[in-house]
Amino acid sequence: MTDTTRQQRLAKPLDPFDFLARYGTILALVLLILFNLAFTRNFATMQTLNVNLTQVCTIVIVAVGMTLVIATGGIDLSVGSLMAISGALAPMIFLGKIVPIDSVGIAVVAAMVISVGVAGLFGLFNGWLIAKFRIQPIVATLVLFIAGRGIAQVMTNGNLQTFRVPQFQFIGLGRVFGVPVQVVLMLLLVIAAAWVLKRTVFGRQIIAIGGNERAAELSGIAVSTVKLVVYTISGLCAGVAGLVVIAINSSSDANLVGLGMELDAIAAVAVGGTLLSGGKATIVGTLLGAMTIQLVRYTLLANGVPDAAALVVKAGIIVLAVWIQQQGRRT
Amino acid sequence: MTRSRLISLLGSYGVVLALLLLILFGWARYDNFLGFFNITSVLRYNSMFALVALGMCFVIMTGGIDLSVGSTAALGSVVAALASSHGAWIGLGAGVGAGLCVGLVNAMLVTRLRIMPFVATLAMMLAASGTALLFAENQSVSVSYESGFTSIGQDNFLGFPIPAWIAIAAYVVGWVVLNYTSTGRGILAVGGNEDATRLMGLPADRIKCLVYLASGGLAGLAGVILASQFGAGQPIEGVGWELFAIAAVVVGGTLLTGGMGSVGATLAGVLLLGILFNVLNFENGKGWISLSAYWQSVIRGLFLLVVVILQAKLSRSTLVAREH
Amino acid sequence: MNDDILLSMTGIDKRFAGIPALSGASFAVGRGEVHALIGQNGAGKSTLIKVLTGYYRRDAGDVAFDGKPFEVFSPQLAQASGISTIYQEINLVPYRSITENICLGREARHYGLLDWKRMHKEAETLLRRFNVRVDVDRPLMEFNTATQQMVAIARAIGFSAKLVVMDEPTSSLDDREVTVLFDVIRQLKQEGVSVVFVSHKLDELYEVCDRVTIMRDGRTVKTAAMTEIDKIGLVSSMLGRTINRAEGHATAFSDRDEKKIGKVLLSAQNLSINRTVQDVSFDVRSGEIAGFAGLLGAGRTETARLVFGIDRPRAGIMHYDGQQFDPRSPADAIAAGMGFCTEDRKSEGIVPEMSVAENMMLALMPKVSKSGVIDEKAQRKIVERFIRQLDIKCSGPDQKVRELSGGNQQKVLLGRWLAMNPTLLILDEPTRGIDVGAKGEIQSLIKSLADRGLAVLMISSELEEVIEGADRVFVLREGITVAEFDRNQATEDVLMSAMAHGNAPRIVEAAS
Repeated sequence: MTDTTRQQRLAKPLDPFDFLARYGTILALVLLILFNLAFTRNFATMQTLNVNLTQVCTIVIVAVGMTLVIATGGIDLSVGSLMAISGALAPMIFLGKIVPIDSVGIAVVAAMVISVGVAGLFGLFNGWLIAKFRIQPIVATLVLFIAGRGIAQVMTNGNLQTFRVPQFQFIGLGRVFGVPVQVVLMLLLVIAAAWVLKRTVFGRQIIAIGGNERAAELSGIAVSTVKLVVYTISGLCAGVAGLVVIAINSSSDANLVGLGMELDAIAAVAVGGTLLSGGKATIVGTLLGAMTIQLVRYTLLANGVPDAAALVVKAGIIVLAVWIQQQGRRT
Repeated sequence: MTRSRLISLLGSYGVVLALLLLILFGWARYDNFLGFFNITSVLRYNSMFALVALGMCFVIMTGGIDLSVGSTAALGSVVAALASSHGAWIGLGAGVGAGLCVGLVNAMLVTRLRIMPFVATLAMMLAASGTALLFAENQSVSVSYESGFTSIGQDNFLGFPIPAWIAIAAYVVGWVVLNYTSTGRGILAVGGNEDATRLMGLPADRIKCLVYLASGGLAGLAGVILASQFGAGQPIEGVGWELFAIAAVVVGGTLLTGGMGSVGATLAGVLLLGILFNVLNFENGKGWISLSAYWQSVIRGLFLLVVVILQAKLSRSTLVAREH
Repeated sequence: MNDDILLSMTGIDKRFAGIPALSGASFAVGRGEVHALIGQNGAGKSTLIKVLTGYYRRDAGDVAFDGKPFEVFSPQLAQASGISTIYQEINLVPYRSITENICLGREARHYGLLDWKRMHKEAETLLRRFNVRVDVDRPLMEFNTATQQMVAIARAIGFSAKLVVMDEPTSSLDDREVTVLFDVIRQLKQEGVSVVFVSHKLDELYEVCDRVTIMRDGRTVKTAAMTEIDKIGLVSSMLGRTINRAEGHATAFSDRDEKKIGKVLLSAQNLSINRTVQDVSFDVRSGEIAGFAGLLGAGRTETARLVFGIDRPRAGIMHYDGQQFDPRSPADAIAAGMGFCTEDRKSEGIVPEMSVAENMMLALMPKVSKSGVIDEKAQRKIVERFIRQLDIKCSGPDQKVRELSGGNQQKVLLGRWLAMNPTLLILDEPTRGIDVGAKGEIQSLIKSLADRGLAVLMISSELEEVIEGADRVFVLREGITVAEFDRNQATEDVLMSAMAHGNAPRIVEAAS
């Protein structure tokens, strides 16, 4: 027995799938950067970096929550709709449409807290459906995927809300030491989540549930509670992302905020190397995954390939990433 | 056991009951609700969704899911519009063919590469949408008006919209296949217990391939109707169709985990969700309230919520029944 | 005589990932014979059956069926050539109707479409043979397990089978249903159909079988007419023990110091849940290893699940540490100071993608953390200590647990519970699927734990492990504790006799 173990260990580095599953994303990212340095004009500029980072920001913020959800073996399809809800709610509050608030500062803070909190509550609702009724996550979150955007549209009557409130838009347009605020926000979230996943009891419990729910339960882990919290976090992240999007746009359109975001987030998670079936997750991988997808798109666009073709390529990347993961696990 | 039976009865007939009540409500409340114009326009519009939902229903019955139907329909509409100058039938064939291609790729990804249906069809959703945009060069593609292509979506046959005829025919065929062929029973068996189905000697993989092909083909057909009805191939249409279809299928009592489902109830589900929208329009027309169109997705979500919770209770009560 | 042989399998080898499941097994069934196939868990019965039904491809050996070499490698083709199987877990589609479950794969057709009328009738006729009269159009899931089992049997027989393999068909039937089933088996026999009957209920074998083949460790150890072998003979062949065997230690449990045994820690009276656990009473004292012996399906694991709060008993009471104990979840049991190493390491024990350290810390984690943040240093220390103490062979605490051998995985799981510093440890088949060397290590480890005051409840199908390891042995038979023996009383003979007959005089403890 010990012999076979040793053989397995020796044989491992030779397995190309395992290698790709581990380092494929970072390899792809490096190759992309090298390619761009060689062929794309004006690639090595601060502006390119900023463009790419800002575009990837909201996806990463949502994908952080999504990574935690997927790590438990679940999925959250409602993130885009929750972004729309928080994006619709915040302007209503700070523009004083619900209750007039005199101080802009208080209004903005209240708007942020309440709208993100509401998104979190909806996330909690997802978790409740999943933990209490044992409904498959894909179905349970489908409910809010459909209804959530409707709620946002009903709240605003489908109207575009435009605003110019610098205090609020700081999170989308401001800079700290020259770095866009949303990038800072994203990095903070990534670091926090990566830390939680690696260093805290809660993080370990998430991974354990995704890896073997029966074993986790038998080890005394409160599986339902962990799931509730994880979906709530996903809702909160979506809420934050919704605010960032409307801050950048100076407007909130319930029909558009977060549209298709669930796909981008799941794609980032999958390409980043988190197992879609749960039990193995990497937040940094998700960040890299999102950046890879973004950079592929940028590379194609910058070199004259139409945006539509980039979609097809993105589809290919997702399938390839998932397939490689499966091959790597089979051994 | 009686409780589970009650819930399963509710599952199969509840939607029909709700549909009848809604129609009754509409008939009693609005003047022209059952007027010829309203009926035909509701049917004409919803036949596309009906086709997509039929394919989805088959996929879900095997325990899978097809998220690519919306963009497949968009692709179908673009391809059909481009081919329509060569004749109505060629346009039709091209649109359906495009859908079948997407379905084939889905089928291969799921059965050969063993990628989860949800991921595989998600990727194909992007790919089909990208392809549609490429073919259409990012804009609507006008159909040829000389070839008679537009009559597929716009004309009537025996006083009834042609798309509705197509949808009815598809549902009849779907119903016969599901209930009177071994493939149909195999679809439900695969969704109910794939291992047992293999042990029983049924070709599980071939069955799964078939449903994804069917779903792709039907989505393509819906795309043809779309192009013909609106006179143009629409590369950005179809967003959210997959969710409408899933909602209709689930409201129709088909179990999302597979193994149990009904073609007829799916049609009832489509009509229920479609007429709901129609009723909202009438209600707003009356001027008493002004519920915006946006309420429909909220209501749709609520419907889904109720059905999903009922389903969860059903499957749990069967678990209990099996333990004793 | 040769004409009377329907099936003969000789020299069958089958390996899984290099580990032999069958080595040179043989099996022969005559025409119109009811042949019992018995053996312990892991003896290779299921593998042999799956080789026969084409589910697995054999590595070596010959199979002849109905006078011809049998080279069939799919369940469908095996069915077509006359071998039908009823698997242990009911392999049907619960949502579909009874008719479909019986007729799927060989539907009656009418102008290319399914002929439901004929199929319903066929299903009804088949079921009527078992005295089952039901609405065959209703989904299978609406019926109880017994009916479902009958449907599975009807399906198998409906295929005009020459050989019907029944893998524990009676485990979910009540007495009346078993009688009906036996009538059917006898009827099949009269029609010249052979039956392979797998069961752990020895009485049943005598009632319905003609001959018996006993398997152990992937080999066929004995074939005999039922009239020529008694129950003790069956049990001893299954366990590989000859009565009055020469003395000597087969396990690493050396003599225990009984003085260290303390007061009663856990006691359970008249636990029951359903047919699997009907009336189980036992107690465990600190510093004691209490053994659960019994054949497969005797209700040992099910009892352990009740104790650990995974399932809830329908009746009976438990006391733990002097207080009434009614765990609602594993977390309750853990909080009370219990640990549970499950039998199925893969599905209930390890988290494969996690490291050795993470797996070991899974239950303890909350206690070695400060406000939710894991104290890595402290954990590392604990993990390293256990890796050393338990002698876990791994490249380090960070190696993925799935890369370890079975024995080392088991040690990691032991470590998971030992780290909790429990007062009671439940071990379900602690040495199953573990190679001989590691087995001895784990056994001496268990002993040293008990020496240090831990109460151990050990379930084992290996007789010598229970006899040499346990201070007291409780014998379970069909969900009932039928006997209790002290260390000095527990010999292979009495245990086997209790497992087989279950009527050995029960020694009533004054303490209870």
